[in-house]
Parts: sequence; structure tokens; C-alpha cells
Amino acid sequence: MEAYADTIVPGEKRWPGDAAIAGAADGGGAVAAGAIQLLEWDATGLTEGLDDLADLLNRHARTYADGRGLALDTALPPFVALDFGHRTALVAELTAPGHPEKEFWVLLALFSNMAYDSAAHMHTADAIAQGHPGLAAMGVVPPGPDRLWRFDQHSYGRRLARVHPDTTPSGSPA
Amino acid sequence: MNSAEQTDVLVVGSGFGGAIAAYHLAAGGASVTVLERGPWLTAEDAEHDYKLGSSYTRGFDFTVGDGMSILGGNCVGGGSVVYFASMPRAPRFVFERRGSIGRRMWPAAVSRDTLEPWYDRVAEALPVTPQDWHDVTYAGGLWAAACDHAGRTANPLPVAIDTAACVNCNWMMAGCRFDAKRSLLLNYLPAAVAHGAVIRPLHEVQAISRTDGGGYRIRYHVIDDEDYRITTGSGAIDAKIVVLAAGAGATPVILQRSEAGLGPMPHAVGRYFSGNGERLNTAVVNEDRVAEVLGLSRGEGAPAYGANPIGRGPTVASWDRLDGSLPEYSRYSLEQLYFPPGLGTILAQAPDAGDGPTWFGRDKKRMLSRWNSWLTIFTMSEDDNEGVFGPPPATGNAMRISQQMLGRGNLRYEPTANTRHGWAASDAEVKDILERDGIARVRPWTNDVVGAYTVHPLASCRMGDDPATSALDDRNELRGHPGIFVTDGSAVPGALTVNPAMTIAAVAERAVPGIVRAARERGVAVRYGAPAPDGSTSGRRGVLPLIRT
Repeated sequence: MEAYADTIVPGEKRWPGDAAIAGAADGGGAVAAGAIQLLEWDATGLTEGLDDLADLLNRHARTYADGRGLALDTALPPFVALDFGHRTALVAELTAPGHPEKEFWVLLALFSNMAYDSAAHMHTADAIAQGHPGLAAMGVVPPGPDRLWRFDQHSYGRRLARVHPDTTPSGSPA
Repeated sequence: MNSAEQTDVLVVGSGFGGAIAAYHLAAGGASVTVLERGPWLTAEDAEHDYKLGSSYTRGFDFTVGDGMSILGGNCVGGGSVVYFASMPRAPRFVFERRGSIGRRMWPAAVSRDTLEPWYDRVAEALPVTPQDWHDVTYAGGLWAAACDHAGRTANPLPVAIDTAACVNCNWMMAGCRFDAKRSLLLNYLPAAVAHGAVIRPLHEVQAISRTDGGGYRIRYHVIDDEDYRITTGSGAIDAKIVVLAAGAGATPVILQRSEAGLGPMPHAVGRYFSGNGERLNTAVVNEDRVAEVLGLSRGEGAPAYGANPIGRGPTVASWDRLDGSLPEYSRYSLEQLYFPPGLGTILAQAPDAGDGPTWFGRDKKRMLSRWNSWLTIFTMSEDDNEGVFGPPPATGNAMRISQQMLGRGNLRYEPTANTRHGWAASDAEVKDILERDGIARVRPWTNDVVGAYTVHPLASCRMGDDPATSALDDRNELRGHPGIFVTDGSAVPGALTVNPAMTIAAVAERAVPGIVRAARERGVAVRYGAPAPDGSTSGRRGVLPLIRT
């Protein structure tokens, strides 16, 4: 599951020899952002099926490798044994329109992404305060002391286009 | 029959269609009960928090179908609590649309002109006000400037927002913490309650059947406050009149499930669903070119734009293609939009992705690092009412996957060439505007992940003059089932090319006198003629001459 999440939002290896994370991008990815914590939270509705999905993913990886004559490191789960390019190609297949299991793989992708882009397993203000890698990389600014966002400056404050000539007095199209 | 509670009027859902009916009927003297499947959230509940279980997931539903996913409200106040409060009236040509049926979709009695007094009622009630350029956010301003640079016009949108109270936090999809957004929690619903209406949150209606006395029995489940997958009870209420306003993704499902108790439904129940022809494009802006080409500046030390998260949803739309002389399926509006993370990034495609995937992976991560420089443009076009609901799920309108927000529904949607034509034309126009002179790089959201998507579901139980292609008559009464009215977005016959809330609300306002008349015929002591929720009377003066007595 770590390897799958890392394919959705890739990150750097946590330690030398980290096999689950391919190291395909700088900075933390979905895994560092908490994808596994999120998936293991029963609020998502995926928790009970994670082991089965992991087994299924490995079966798909083995089939994928066999079909391409790839030799996999038998010390690793088959999906983890694929390099990042092949992991990406397989995930693209599994999430493509028409794949019979597409919904499951899309849900996994959705929550992997949500761990990174919104830290859906944590209070957002806490995630930012703790340097959550996804929110930090996206440049999400911290809230005020009351954990609410406010932006005093919000407008260029001038007319920037002609309005449509047929606009009605209520501000609607004619 | 088991004993059940009694009410004159049972309203299903508390969004625009439900709240407006509930207010007028309660103010007119009827006993009114509103069953709402979602929670009752107030401003204090509106959190700035993406954590599952916050108001961001409590208040709305994301229902994945086969080819179409729907985002809709799931709380007291319905869509109005989670919407972006853009309230344009639908352009005149929309009411003349023929769509795929070879005849006018809307009833002959409904046109822009005949709906205008009802629009006025809504505008007074919420209220809806025009914005000026000082209200327009950086994102809206950037879109306006880009449109202007491309020789197009752009309009500040009319909104149901008190812009003086708005702090531009862009959290409005989780409810408004500051009560700046004029949701139904601030007007129709409290006024309905003041007149005696009872609103029951976390009550999910399952089915309707007939009673021996000529009325209807409505069966409901009570839903757990935190985990919507859990049912904590059930019950039934008898009513003389039913107003169905559960939203276009749920109203037809309730009626489908009710066939056992009501008899056959009109053919159009659960058919002709429209996603309002919606489509999104996300651009990644080149900050230097925004300054050089468009002359925009936020002041010393700030990027020229870099303001994706600042604002309040959409503030500016380009309406150059809302031209009734153009052929059907080629008319659309292009509206600047903000969509929060969580659901608002996954479908965006990296504009500069190479041969690899566009919606996940390395290129997508790079795109996310530029999130502050994103500009999202929302297309509302003319689709072909392609959506059809399959057999209803065991309960509710979807099989719930997560404790909140995420479910699997039975809507099937295969976009026709007409719909795809509108999307392609709008994609090309957005690209032409935003990639001109290097302002940005842009790409549409993918439809390959969860199908097409809509935040404005419509038409799944639509009104019309032709019984073969409409479920409701021109007074919103369900054909063959007198005393059941449908007043939500499912009653609107087709795509509107603009944000639909104003039109849904106006259609609901227009339906109320007929519902009052039907209630009176069933012995309910109720009159039509309430002022706006705050007591204002100009809207009422405009419509009273139109009402048959």
C-alpha cells in the first residue's frame, strides 16, 4: 500500500534501501504525508479491504511482470519490486476506464492524494504546524490564532474587463 | 397499518426547493414537517478543517456513479450551506431549449419573462446583490483581465453573499463561519421555524406510500450523527401533501423505491438527468507574464497573482457565448472558480505532463507545488440530459463507502457527441484565453477517473408539457400522483448554462401557490401570501397579480 500511495504522489526515500518508496521525487510524498494512517482509519471505508487489495495488487504486479519478461526481486512483494516507471504504468492500467476493479484503485488513489493535499487524517491547523509535507509543498499558509483563515487583501480593486453589453440591472445575462 | 405521526405537509429535504415550500406553507397556516437526511450545522460548526468528520465532510456528499459523479449538499439548508452563492438568472434562450426531445423542454408557461417575478422574490429573500470590481477577488480579477486581453467581456457575478462580512477565507464549501454567505439558514428556514415548521435533521426518507385516507405515508430512517452508514431508528409520518426536494441525485431514487407503494412512476422519473454540462479546467499561471502581459500587481513583495486560496469561490464569469442566436450545444459560460483540496486537486491534469499520467505521479506532484498559482475555470454548457438512474440501492440514494461524504450511486451517464462538442469548444476557448502570450498553461480535468462530474445536478424528475418526457406538470405536481410535488433541481428540465440555484429557487417559489391550492383542496387551512422571510413585501407585490384564486 505504501508503494501504491507513493506512485500516486511520489516522494523521497525515508532511508537508504527503502524499498516501498521509489524515490522518484524530492520531498515527502503521499506516504510521508500520512496516506497509510488515513487508509487505516475506518472513516474511509477502505480499512477492512486493505489486505485483500494489497494481495490483489501483488497479483496484478506479477502478471504485469510476467507479460513483459521482467525479473522481480523475490525478497520483495511483487508490486514493490517494480521500478517507479512500471508501478506507474500498472496503476494507470488499474485506474483506466473499463478496468473491472477500477473503483477500488481509484478510491485508493483518491485517499492517497487526500493525505497529501489536505491531510484528511489530521486537523489542518495541526498538520501545518507540524510541517506536513503536502501542505508545505503546496504553500498552504497557516491560519490565524483561532485556527481560521482570513485574507484582508483580496482584490485588485479596479475594473479589469468590459462587462457584457446585455447585462441586466440585476447583474445577470439577458 | 401501523400508527404514524401526522402533518399537513411533509417536505423532504431542506435545500432551496424544500425550504422555500416549507416557509410559505408554514407561514400560510399549514402544519409542516421537514425531513432532512443531513445534520443541522450552524456557523459555529463551520470549521476550517479538511479532517474527515469536520463540516467539510459532514455537510456534503460525493456520490460516484457510472460515468457521472455528483457533489451535493447533505445538511439542513442543503446546497445553500455548501454552495458558492453565485446567483445569476438563466439566460432567455435556455427556456426555449429543445434538447434531445425535438420540442421545447420547459413548459409553455415558463419562460425568462414569466419567471422574472419569482426570481425577484428570491433576490429579495436571500438577498441577492450584484458585485462591483472591488468585491472581485484576485482570481476573478485575473480571469477578467485575461478575458479582456483576449477581446472578451467578463462580469462580476450577482451573489447571495454579504461581501462586507466576508473574510475571503475560501472555506465556504464547508459552510460559512461568518454568516456572510446568505444560506437558507439565515432566511427561509428560520422564518419557517418561526411559523411552526418542524425540521428534523438526520432523517433520511426511504419511500412513500398511500394511506387509506387519500394521503401519503413517508417512511424514514434516522441516521447516526457521525457515521452516516449507521441507522439508529426508523419511523413514518402521514401527510396530506408531500413536497419532494431531496436533490436531483435523491428525489428520483425515493420515487423509484416508492413504486411498490404508489404505483407506476412517470417515465421521466430517474431519466433525463443533466449535469448542467459542467467541466473544469485548471491553469497554472506564469506569475511574471501575469504582471508583464496583464499589468496585474498585488504590491511590493507579493506575486502578481499567487492567490488561488484567497477569496470566495467564483466572482467573475464570461458570458460571451450566452448568445441565443448560436446553435444549441455551443452556448456556455466560463466562470472563475475555487475548488478546495481534497476533491479539488485529484482530477486536475498537469498541463505539462509528458508521456506519463496526467492526474497522478511525478508531473502532478510538480503541478501541486504551484497550487497558489492555480486558476480554475468552470464551464456550464448544454448537455443532452443523458443521465439515467438504475435500480435504487437498499437505502438512501447511494451505498455509503466512507462514514461521511463518499458513496456509490446508480446514476449512469454517457455523454453524447452534443455534450462533448460543448466541452471541447469551451476547453479550446479557455486554452485560447489563458495560454495567450504565455499567461498560463491549462488542461481540463480528467473524466477518466470518476467519469464526468457535476456540482449542479438537474432534471431527473423534470417538469414539462409532454407526459412522455416529463415527470411533473407545469405546476410541479407528479403526474399520476396528485398531492406529490417536486420543487428541487430535479424539476428543472435541463442544463442552464449558468449556476442553477437562482433558477431552482425561482421555480420553487413559482410552485408554491399551486401547492397551497392542492393543500386547501385536501382540507388544509392554508393561504398563500407571506412576505419575504424578513418581512419585505415588494416581491410579493410582484407575484400576487399572477396567482389564480
